[in-house]
Amino acid sequence: MDSRSSELAGGQLGGGQLLSPAPPRASLPLADSITDALKIVIVGGFGVGKTTMVRAVSEIRPLSTEETMTGAGIGIDDTGGVREKNTTTVAFDFGRITLNERMVLYLFGAPGQERFWFLWDRLFAGTLGAVVLVDTRRVADSWYAIDRLEHHGMPFIVARNNFGEPEHTLPQLRDALSLSDDIPLVDCDARQRSSSKSVLISLVNHLYTLSTAQETSP
Amino acid sequence: MIREAIDGENPDRLYTVTAGRSRADENAFDLVTLIVSESEPAPGMQSELAAILRMCRTPTALVEIASELRLPVSVVKILLCDLHDTGRVSARHPSSAAVKTPLPRPEILKQVLVGLKKL
Ligand SMILES: Nc1nc2c(ncn2[C@@H]2O[C@H](COP(=O)(O)OP(=O)(O)OP(=O)(O)O)[C@@H](O)[C@H]2O)c(=O)[nH]1
Ligand SMILES: [Mg+2]
Repeated sequence: MDSRSSELAGGQLGGGQLLSPAPPRASLPLADSITDALKIVIVGGFGVGKTTMVRAVSEIRPLSTEETMTGAGIGIDDTGGVREKNTTTVAFDFGRITLNERMVLYLFGAPGQERFWFLWDRLFAGTLGAVVLVDTRRVADSWYAIDRLEHHGMPFIVARNNFGEPEHTLPQLRDALSLSDDIPLVDCDARQRSSSKSVLISLVNHLYTLSTAQETSP
Repeated sequence: MIREAIDGENPDRLYTVTAGRSRADENAFDLVTLIVSESEPAPGMQSELAAILRMCRTPTALVEIASELRLPVSVVKILLCDLHDTGRVSARHPSSAAVKTPLPRPEILKQVLVGLKKL
């Protein structure tokens, strides 16, 4: 846990130096004892602060990767040619938080635009829940994401990332988003670790409420 | 930045990396399946496979491998299938992948809360 803040090269770790050198690692390796990885997705429009929020709470600097797919597979066909049609690329970034000696939580920052959503099932199945980040200057950007999360039955909360003094109250925003009363809506400053941390805690508390309600109902 | 690197990638490279294999079992690996090496890179092994074996001396999520190798997730899945089928890596699958219910169990969520509060 205390090594979390230091940058380690893979080669310095357990046994690595006796064997061929490990490639330089951009991030801190996970402990050997970790067996279970969980996921939370932060979704929102362009420039709303997704990466900022991941960075604020992550133990590694945010990394990015992408998925490239065609309807049929990954864009490489049997004859070795590459299909140019129907190839969609989605880029997303992620960070992680080691929760305890067994569990690690991955946070994904994912774009909320329409073209991204057909990949949702493949990429984010098994996700605990989602945070929809809203920039109140562009509320309409989040309508689609909220709609799709409801459609996918993915539990979520909404967090307003404040880029300045908010012009509206949270009840006004709830109205503008047509958000039902049972979905938490909170304010945050994605740049602040403590603020982003409490957004995640709000989400997990919400999931806990839903989950215990489900267990007690027949 | 990475987007450009991969979009601008010569398609031949992706074909070469996967040695023409075009499909991975989609359900075999999750984005956060943790991969652990069970063997050391062999001399002459394809460089991407050797890099994975070195990275995964400590458990490493599939998505971190993809990011590190700058390859799309689906290409990494193909490489991992190969390593896994031949016993050169093992996989620690996320417990949530096995559960078909939409909500995680309260005990799991409690542990997540405790972990987050320590941040
Ligand atoms: N003032 C202020 N600026 C912020 C806040 N959150 C993010 N920013 C800034 O807004 C810009 C965009 O933030 P990002 O975190 O890159 O947003 P993103 O959602 O990841 O953006 P894309 O991935 O490009 O869609 C950056 O310059 C951040 O520093 C905030 O709460 N207040
Ligand atoms: Mg971003």
